[in-house]
Amino acid sequence: MSAEPVNPLADTDIEKLRQEMLAFARLQLNDAHLAEDAVQEALAGALKNSSSFSRKATLKTWVFSILRYKIADVLRGRYREPVQQECKDCSTDDDSYFDSAGHWQTGSAPRAWGNTDQLVTDEHFWRVFDACLEVLPGEQARVFMMREFVELDTHEICDALEIKPANLHVLLHRARLRLRACLSSSWFNAEAQ
Amino acid sequence: MMLSCEQASKLLSEAQERPLKLTERAGLTMHLAMCQGCREFGRQVSSLRDLIRRSEDHDDTQGK
Repeated sequence: MSAEPVNPLADTDIEKLRQEMLAFARLQLNDAHLAEDAVQEALAGALKNSSSFSRKATLKTWVFSILRYKIADVLRGRYREPVQQECKDCSTDDDSYFDSAGHWQTGSAPRAWGNTDQLVTDEHFWRVFDACLEVLPGEQARVFMMREFVELDTHEICDALEIKPANLHVLLHRARLRLRACLSSSWFNAEAQ
Repeated sequence: MMLSCEQASKLLSEAQERPLKLTERAGLTMHLAMCQGCREFGRQVSSLRDLIRRSEDHDDTQGK
């Protein structure tokens, strides 16, 4: 991949972000050193890929989701333990999009969106998009953003989150099902709600 | 063996992460030949990726 000529994040942006993260982490962890470590790791991972972020709001959302994950790990007392994270969102049987035979439920089968070429410049569309991303369950949102916005591959995401590829694939499938359903009803008016 | 829509959409999603095996592609092709919902799902999954990629190129010119 070729390097981006311009880093979308200025140093002042990063410092501001770091301060916000630190305040958040200290509050959660009640320990300045642990907070510093968690912030450092979350930032390092994110900034390595910052050239793929020109949407600052998105970067912030993502960095904070990583930070929350690290804080949760510290609080659970299994920080850095090479244990497979339990994946509460990975069971395969709670989907409302499919019937018991695995066919699309009535009203859930995707209908055509039509031409999406012009949407990229449509700010209103991106506001709806962000809103749809926000209502995804946390784990799904996190892996979707790592995959699509940071453009990490399966191996990198599984390493970072200590989950198995099979779990990742389930999470991404779920995320895409939900996101497309949300966009269909909130923007494209493609399916009945 | 016929794939269900759930399985077919899962493969369409996984195809964004890894190359599908020959047998998976064959099963998917058969399913898609007769399932419009899954064909749309596949299109929309690629549209999402395409939109996100292009939004990143576009955003710098927006000044926001």
